[in-house]
Amino acid sequence: MALKGNLRDFSITQLLNLVSVAQKTGTLIVDGPSEQILVSFREGKLSYARDGQDDGSLAMVLYRAKKLSAAQVRAIKERAGGISDKELGLLLINSNYISQKDILASLQSYFVSVVNRLFTWVEGLFRFENDLLPPADKITVRINLENIIIEGSRRMREWEQLQDEIPSLDMAMKFIERPGVNLRNVNLSVEEWRVVSFINPKNSIRLIAKTTNKSDLEIRRIVYGLIVAGLVELIRPVGMPLPSVSSRPALPQGTKEEQKSLINRLISRIRSI
Amino acid sequence: MQTVKMVVTGPFNAGKTEFIRSVSEIDVVSTERKISSETERVKDQTTVAMDFGRISIDDNLVLYLFGTPGQRRFDFMWEILSEGMLGFIVMVDSARPETFREARNILETFRAYAPTPYVVAANKQDHKDAWELEDMRIALRLSSKVKFLPCVATDKETVKKVLLELLYSILEEMEKGEG
Repeated sequence: MALKGNLRDFSITQLLNLVSVAQKTGTLIVDGPSEQILVSFREGKLSYARDGQDDGSLAMVLYRAKKLSAAQVRAIKERAGGISDKELGLLLINSNYISQKDILASLQSYFVSVVNRLFTWVEGLFRFENDLLPPADKITVRINLENIIIEGSRRMREWEQLQDEIPSLDMAMKFIERPGVNLRNVNLSVEEWRVVSFINPKNSIRLIAKTTNKSDLEIRRIVYGLIVAGLVELIRPVGMPLPSVSSRPALPQGTKEEQKSLINRLISRIRSI
Repeated sequence: MQTVKMVVTGPFNAGKTEFIRSVSEIDVVSTERKISSETERVKDQTTVAMDFGRISIDDNLVLYLFGTPGQRRFDFMWEILSEGMLGFIVMVDSARPETFREARNILETFRAYAPTPYVVAANKQDHKDAWELEDMRIALRLSSKVKFLPCVATDKETVKKVLLELLYSILEEMEKGEG
């Protein structure tokens, strides 16, 4: 029986637990709202993962881990475009540029980050292919799933809470004017400052996330921090069309004076109850 | 005959039905059912579709008060009820801080439906465990500009005060629009 379904009905935590307990070998393919993630396992352990949008190459992973510069990655692609990950790894180790330990740590960190992204998906079609293994030229690892499941569960809880706090990324933010509070005196991280610099009633949170290259979870974390610190509040973005439900006028047609008179009649009546 | 409406919303068991009952001239048309969820078994019955109260203003004008269902699974009714409202009241149970976050979410949802004036009522202020208004304002993250009023839904005078404050806000909005 094929192992397939929707994350909405069978969560990623349950899936990883199943793979771990049953010591499965194969690849889990999850089709999310806008991308695909592939996660490979060998005997119930995480061995490889790739976000469909990334090429998943070792050069890209090392660049993300800040072990290679953009110029070095460019040079590798230009001069040795066809080089496999295993060949590149050996080349870098043999030239004493990077250690085997650093390569494995960078790959592990990348693979875990890809799996962690799945914890923020509330739905997505998944299937487990027993026969699909990582390409032979890719470097694989062996990571126990227990810690990933525990950390992932924490992230899921955080994600649910953040979604509760910030239900829509289509809202904008504005600074709250509070006497005695100066933003310059608040200790913010570089990433928080980047977000703060885009706060404007015209910019939706989604737009800020896209501009600052943040995932939904990352932007929600930062925005939530700014809200609970009392620095910003959520507002409807300037120019955002109102939902159609508000199209029906609340007050009967008439001049402003007639409408004000109607409200005054309501006030008089309520006072007299 | 002209009709206008206001919506009374808030979390489960915040006191919306009692609020409407206190000022409605008709028996509140309530669609209550026995509670099915164990977690929400604070009371025996809850509103599942809406509450409906009426205040005749004069021969030509009637004010309807609609109470939204408190349980989240009936929130599909909220958007329908919010259509064409003059303004809305968010009721919060002052003695149940675990519902504050839900109250804030409901407030944000209704603000998104329509940019109409609103007030927030801290209900059950006579309860021994009721939070102080200023503490609640911080917990609910209400700016100082938002009208936040003490209320006891069974006390007609405090209910009238909440309704009046909402009407004053509506009037202020109209005057602002002229300016």
